[in-house]
Amino acid sequence: MRAIITVVGPDRVGIIAEVCTLLAELHISVVEISQTIMERTFTMIMLVQATPGAPDFGEIQTRLQQKGGQMGVAIRVQREDIFNAMHTI
Amino acid sequence: MLNHSDIMSTIDMIDHQHLDIRTVTMGISLLDCADPDPSACAQKIYDKICREAEHLVETGCDIERELGIPIVNKRICVTPMALVAGACETEDFVPFAVAMDKAAKACGVNFIGGFSALVHKGFTSGDRRLIAAIPEALATTDLVCSSVNVATTKAGINMEAVRLMGQTIKKTAALTADRDGFGCAKLVVFCNAVEDNPFMAGAFHGVGEAESVISVGVSGPGVVHHALQAVKGQPFDVVAETIKKTAFRITRMGQLVAQEASRRLGVPFGVVDLSLAPTPAVGDSVARILEEMGLETCGTHGTTAALALLNDAVKKGGLMASSSVGGLSGAFIPVSEDEGMIAAAESGVLQLDKLEAMTCVCSVGLDMIAVPGDTSAETISAIIADEAAIGMVNSKTTAVRLIPVPGKGVGERVEFGGLLGSAPIMPVHPESSAGFIARGGRIPAPMQSLKN
Repeated sequence: MRAIITVVGPDRVGIIAEVCTLLAELHISVVEISQTIMERTFTMIMLVQATPGAPDFGEIQTRLQQKGGQMGVAIRVQREDIFNAMHTI
Repeated sequence: MLNHSDIMSTIDMIDHQHLDIRTVTMGISLLDCADPDPSACAQKIYDKICREAEHLVETGCDIERELGIPIVNKRICVTPMALVAGACETEDFVPFAVAMDKAAKACGVNFIGGFSALVHKGFTSGDRRLIAAIPEALATTDLVCSSVNVATTKAGINMEAVRLMGQTIKKTAALTADRDGFGCAKLVVFCNAVEDNPFMAGAFHGVGEAESVISVGVSGPGVVHHALQAVKGQPFDVVAETIKKTAFRITRMGQLVAQEASRRLGVPFGVVDLSLAPTPAVGDSVARILEEMGLETCGTHGTTAALALLNDAVKKGGLMASSSVGGLSGAFIPVSEDEGMIAAAESGVLQLDKLEAMTCVCSVGLDMIAVPGDTSAETISAIIADEAAIGMVNSKTTAVRLIPVPGKGVGERVEFGGLLGSAPIMPVHPESSAGFIARGGRIPAPMQSLKN
């Protein structure tokens, strides 16, 4: 299963490192990353792929949201399908 | 490849423009629940609904979580109850509504539709017993919705049924007087009712449908409004194109949700209904879209043309986005459920007569309109007849969902709460239509019916 993770919040050192460390623990591989800073707001979009050993979607979502709460950023994970459906013919 | 702006625009639509899936509705055939013994029939109804819809809510919640898109309602609709219970040896059809209500609660859905009868050409004995039970059924249940089809383009208008429904609406209001006539918010009178509409209160599972089916109703007035803000002052060609593109995106999402729900539940996919369904929340209004086109207040001159363009562009944009489009598909104009409509009605600009004109060019009819409690049954019937005539002649669905609020008059307002919103009580013409309604009989089908 492929999903899009978006991370939005105030910029600081180490956001990518912390998110990627958690993804590694969850057996989730990163396929692509796009990241910018707009008016001091950190915005990152990651295309990720679950690998064998990854927990179910609900668990992944809960862990990422908890992590976002600790880091002071909003982390959202949605299946890739919704973006493909809305923006490609 | 990741497209930053596409992904962030989807998230912005969900977070700030009220983009959601309005409903995932499971249609269930109850034709095999007929039984001469009323209690056996009620038990079969309860069992079948619970069996078929057991995983509906849980599946809806899973899809909602995984795709990150809110699915506001999970609903059930069933075969028109007059057909299912017609064989029962009983005069009292209320227990069948109670069985539907109990099953809906057991499944955890928001509403269940199908306490319905199709009487456009005449009544069966089951139809009469069902209509007689509507006021008590709606007063004693929480989640049951009822609809009666009184006219079609093919059959004309059953004026006996029109008369009866005026009286039924009044009785329903009286039995729910303690809740400002709330029962009437769950009762729709149709012309050209469709068999696959996923929206309440008018949803039922038509007899031409499969054993069970999943249909999805999308929403998104806020997204269309937001898109139009970017083309201020530009010609209508640009407005239409902008709406089409937006409707395409919204519908694609509806199609995805419908396919997922269908696959996971093992139930065939029915239709995506392309309706723009508003809510009372600020930023989720159809009226505000019309105003964005350049009208000071919804209801002023130009409103009908604006709505015609919106309705048409929504369909054109949505058609290509879904493999199967159906239901009502257009723009809804329920007064109490639309923040901009409420404001326009309160200011006195939006009147009942203008709303009637608007129903000629959009997908439904006079919807969620509060009228004075002393409005006569004949006047309500005459309003139904007018709407039915518009639907019949234009080969489109029209509906009437009026609430004559007991004990209240023009200038007062009524609060239904939640998605049903609130509404100012709108004036009706005081002149009598009693002689017109007393005639009965049928208004014959128009020339448009002879297409063969």
